[in-house]
Amino acid sequence: MTNPTLAAGEVERHLRARRDGGRGLLMPYVTGGIAPGWTDYLSAFADAGADAIEVGLPFSDPTLDGVTIQRASAAALARGASTRRILADLAGLPDLGVPLVASTYYNLVLHDGPEAFCAALRRAGVAGLIVPDLPVHEAGELMDVAAAAGVEPALLASPTTPPTRLAEIAARSRGFVYAVSLMGTTGERDGLAASAAELAGRIRRVSDRPVLLGFGISTPDQARRARRHADGVVVGAAVMRRVLDGAGPDDLRAFIATLRQALDQECDRSG
Amino acid sequence: MRTVSPWWEPAPPDGTMGEPRARGRFGDYGGRYAPESLVEACREVDQAFREAWADPGFRGALARLLAVHAGRPTPLTPAGRLSEALGVRLYLKREDLTHTGSHKINNVLGQALLATRMGRRRLIAETGAGQHGVATATAAALLGLDATVFMGERDIERQALNVFRMRMLGAEVVPVTTGSRTLKDATSEAMRHWVGATGDSHYCIGSVVGPDPYPWMVREFQRVIGDEARAQCAAELRTGVPDHVVACVGGGSNAAGTFAGFADTTARLVGVEAEGGAGASRGRLGVLHGCRSLFLQDDDGQITEAHSIAAGLDYPGVGPEHAHLRDLGRARYVTVSDDEAAAAAVRLARTEGIVPALESAHALAWVIRAAAGGDLPAGSTVLMTLSGRGDKDVSTLKELL
Repeated sequence: MTNPTLAAGEVERHLRARRDGGRGLLMPYVTGGIAPGWTDYLSAFADAGADAIEVGLPFSDPTLDGVTIQRASAAALARGASTRRILADLAGLPDLGVPLVASTYYNLVLHDGPEAFCAALRRAGVAGLIVPDLPVHEAGELMDVAAAAGVEPALLASPTTPPTRLAEIAARSRGFVYAVSLMGTTGERDGLAASAAELAGRIRRVSDRPVLLGFGISTPDQARRARRHADGVVVGAAVMRRVLDGAGPDDLRAFIATLRQALDQECDRSG
Repeated sequence: MRTVSPWWEPAPPDGTMGEPRARGRFGDYGGRYAPESLVEACREVDQAFREAWADPGFRGALARLLAVHAGRPTPLTPAGRLSEALGVRLYLKREDLTHTGSHKINNVLGQALLATRMGRRRLIAETGAGQHGVATATAAALLGLDATVFMGERDIERQALNVFRMRMLGAEVVPVTTGSRTLKDATSEAMRHWVGATGDSHYCIGSVVGPDPYPWMVREFQRVIGDEARAQCAAELRTGVPDHVVACVGGGSNAAGTFAGFADTTARLVGVEAEGGAGASRGRLGVLHGCRSLFLQDDDGQITEAHSIAAGLDYPGVGPEHAHLRDLGRARYVTVSDDEAAAAAVRLARTEGIVPALESAHALAWVIRAAAGGDLPAGSTVLMTLSGRGDKDVSTLKELL
């Protein structure tokens, strides 16, 4: 086996370096094309201390998303958002200093073929990829061409993933391992699910790759709790609810900063 | 690009419509493109189905339910007056005569029995026209299970009677208000719900779509149509096997079940799609609702909305095995317009005294067109699956005629 650190791509190197420096990782999400000037949200996230930024490429049938991301996807599509236009917007951005991770459903990857899709991501400066309806046993056709293109697809693990497949997911995932905190869709929840801690622990026992907890993490307090078990968090619906309610980049900068602060405090306490 | 073999060379490739290849593949199609949270649940369904299907006890229990509750076997009805008018010999496989009025009950009784065997207490289902929802509610009541049925708001308006039937049978009907508010969105919502309920609920998919093992399992539960029809044709027809076997295709479950009985014969298989929902005829390779198949999409890869007078054909894709049969050239897929289907429904009513579901009327509309246009040579024998009865469509037809 190759040393995972040496084989890591730029997303993973970046996240490992920050994690190894004692920092709780924060990856906020925004639906691409959600509003005119939507890329301003990205700069706000970076300013507020994001360690990576997830950009959703909206799909007509987001089967793993709860109502908030569904609404955001529909709104973006209604504005005329498409993979091509979103990537063109991203290609025009200055370097934000943190890696961009695209997330979308596999139909959009297959549309022009995984090879062309990954090449388009790379041209737009996107280095990471999340495809929630592409489980590890179907990912073969993407993983090889992604590696060749320099794109790192992160695989998802869920609370019901059995041990053997969990090990396979952790081994084949690139960039980080996406730990789905609960059995459900994306969307805000009142508390951090009990399954989150257990899953994050199970992944950490079989892999040294950064582990990000996502699904349902919506408040600074939940982020702080999640940080006790995982290397960091993904925050999507809590961001998009605010965006849908009209919050601009400055409002989001303030919200992301509260998450950043919570993660930093937890690091201080555990350190 | 795919090479599509000519359909008029019906030499059946070995193993067609047998068990799918590894990882649930029918050729390049199928697979288990489920979110990781559903992969384990799919594996459990797969394992349980394999064990059950190999268990004579399960097969016997299902056969008995199909007989005493659903009214199987269904008859093969020669369509005498219509045959004479068309110049072909048309036989109807009468799934409209099953309990609940469509072929959907065959699959649902199988899955409900499987759910019981797996210790599940609740069935989740999506429904378009409401036929699968009614069948699910029926099977749940029969076996003492709870049922939650997701149905698009637009379909709820179109099929008010079926909504009431489901509620009367004790099922919870959940309106789906997202997207086109039809079958596609109801399916997405049912999948989302299943993610949070895998522990106690079985997702009872109504067609030959979804992640592996559903396309295969649903076809196997529906093959009773084809197996019965094969035996009935052997007894009824001088040639033993009909020249053509025709069925309507939305997701394609009645067609898959029908074709399965004839895949290894010389019969030419024809799937009839709605013009506005022609996944097999006009779809493009994609992944939706857990499987890789052919789907209607725009230039950006977004799934487009299907439109059909028949709610059960309002699905923008087709089951993966149909995509495969199409590529093999083993089956041919054609389309029929709303008007042709409505006219065919009326014609069947007036010549044979049978009011078909608008879905089934699509299959008949093609037979009528093909008989007139020479696609069906004079004197040829045609088996057509009449997948459901038309009571549910009477108000739609009333507005149209």
